[in-house]
Amino acid sequence: MADGSVTRRGVMVGAAGGVVFSTPRARADENPPATDAIAVKLRVNGEALHLEIDPRTSLLDALRETAGLTGTKKGCDRGACGACTVHLDDRRIVSCLTLAARCEGKHIRTIEGLSSADRLHPMQAAFVEHDGFQCGYCTPGQIMSAVALVKEGHAGSDGEIREWMSGNICRCGAYPNIVAAIRQAASAEG
Amino acid sequence: MQAFTLTRPADTKSAIAAASRPDSAYIAGGTDLLQLTKDHVETPRQLVDLEPLALSRIHATGARLRLEPLARMSDVAAHPAVLRDWPVLSQALLASASPQIRNMGTMGGNLLQRTRCGYFRDTGFACNKRVPGSGCPAINGENRMHAILGVSDRCIATYPGDMAVALNVLDADIELTGQPGVRKVPIGDFHREPGDTPHIETVLQPGELITGIDIPSPARRSHYLKVRDRASFEFALVSAAVALDIEDGTIRAARVAAGGVGTKPWRLAQVEAALTGKSPDAATLKAAADQAAAGAKPAKSNGFKIVLLKRTVLRALQTVSA
Ligand SMILES: Cc1cc2nc3c(=O)[nH]c(=O)nc-3n(C[C@H](O)[C@H](O)[C@H](O)COP(=O)(O)OP(=O)(O)OC[C@H]3O[C@@H](n4cnc5c(N)ncnc54)[C@H](O)[C@@H]3O)c2cc1C
Ligand code: SF4
Ligand code: FES
Ligand code: FES
Repeated sequence: MADGSVTRRGVMVGAAGGVVFSTPRARADENPPATDAIAVKLRVNGEALHLEIDPRTSLLDALRETAGLTGTKKGCDRGACGACTVHLDDRRIVSCLTLAARCEGKHIRTIEGLSSADRLHPMQAAFVEHDGFQCGYCTPGQIMSAVALVKEGHAGSDGEIREWMSGNICRCGAYPNIVAAIRQAASAEG
Repeated sequence: MQAFTLTRPADTKSAIAAASRPDSAYIAGGTDLLQLTKDHVETPRQLVDLEPLALSRIHATGARLRLEPLARMSDVAAHPAVLRDWPVLSQALLASASPQIRNMGTMGGNLLQRTRCGYFRDTGFACNKRVPGSGCPAINGENRMHAILGVSDRCIATYPGDMAVALNVLDADIELTGQPGVRKVPIGDFHREPGDTPHIETVLQPGELITGIDIPSPARRSHYLKVRDRASFEFALVSAAVALDIEDGTIRAARVAAGGVGTKPWRLAQVEAALTGKSPDAATLKAAADQAAAGAKPAKSNGFKIVLLKRTVLRALQTVSA
């Protein structure tokens, strides 16, 4: 934000960068010393993406910081919250524990690739209809996970949906509404 | 994170040669390794990518099962032969981590996942496992999640994984390939108790690669039960893996192991002995389960695991003998 303007994203980064609980080491992590950059070609939401990145870069950071696709969120950065869930070759994974350099030639689908033109994906529409969120921070990860869950055939009952959504934490506790949204989207599809 | 280079080897031989260099580590799914590098617990300068080796097959041939090291947790758990003949393995995997992590985590990496002891994973603390000789703050500190079996005065950290507990009742062999050649190690000998050297966790030598897991025979009457602080996506407080052979109303063979309680996956020999040759009636199962915590040495906050272990083993035994 060189021009000093405040964007929603700038505020989020600022908040996360409040570093009150961050150790000096963790802070150093955010500005790692540069190593030789390597060239990586990804396919993100159907488009080729050429990146020059440090081998340590996670897929999450490559998407957000390099490709500017900030729909995918960073919660824990340790695999424990699911906010960063994307599809890698049609499977849901956590992008924070994935090295972008190992995704050469693979297909990545993010929340930005879900809607077609101005039409929401049925799962997005169901989340809106059922109020499947409050603050919305976990929502892109929830929706990417939910779309995969239905494809996997794990939407047989509310109990099954809850178990197979267990990798996505919602600190606002929108769980009952999330389950209702997935149930509806799954039955509309089936 | 320590800077590293990423090596993509052409074959197993060059992978082993590359990983035999100092400061090197294999990367499979990356789900544990990247946590550890982000937290500066591990600081490799070279990662050797195992994905190009394409060793991810699941072979179920007749009575035997062979799992290649890069087979994903989710694929093994959902494999029809595993569901039918080795339910304990599928159940242990489905009780592990989250759907996303199971789509990433591999057989080899899963066996080698490191303890969740909070002191180990935070470089602000001393820890004999991370820095040999620095001390163990858990022994007189936060130890509710720690081990009650196989502990030493150097380390009381729990082996956190679920799959290895199931493999212990399936008598799996781990195939290791190194520069000298190929060897097989029974799963029971693969992980080590901490003793005086808690930083050495397995018999794996530097550069050695896990190239397969072999299971010799089916265990249709088997079960995995995991007890944890929340209903899902949590490590075990206590878990039990059970495989019984029951013929004509008599237990011919019993294999029982526990997770969440030992410094390695813990085989419960006394429980097995109390079951073998008996009929699986309520009194036998109860008497056997009462042996589960034999030799336990609890610390200040984890004594509850003794009772929980006996009850978890009993419930698992009841489930398989029903
Ligand atoms: C949030 C979270 C929750 C979890 N919960 C659970 C749980 O409840 N139960 C459970 O059991 N596990 C759990 N796990 C752990 C998870 O199962 C492991 O991280 C995963 O199985 C490791 O596999 P990987 O392929 O990603 O390993 P990696 O991270 O790639 O590797 C781990 C280690 O193994 C080495 N390695 C990998 N493959 C080989 C090989 N073939 N030969 C030699 N060395 C090798 C690597 O060098 C590294 O040291 C959890 C993980 C996370 C992130
Ligand atoms: S229990 Fe083991 S891993 Fe934990 S602090 Fe002590 S030595 Fe380290
Ligand atoms: S940010 Fe990836 S799981 Fe939390
Ligand atoms: S909606 Fe706020 S964390 Fe889920």
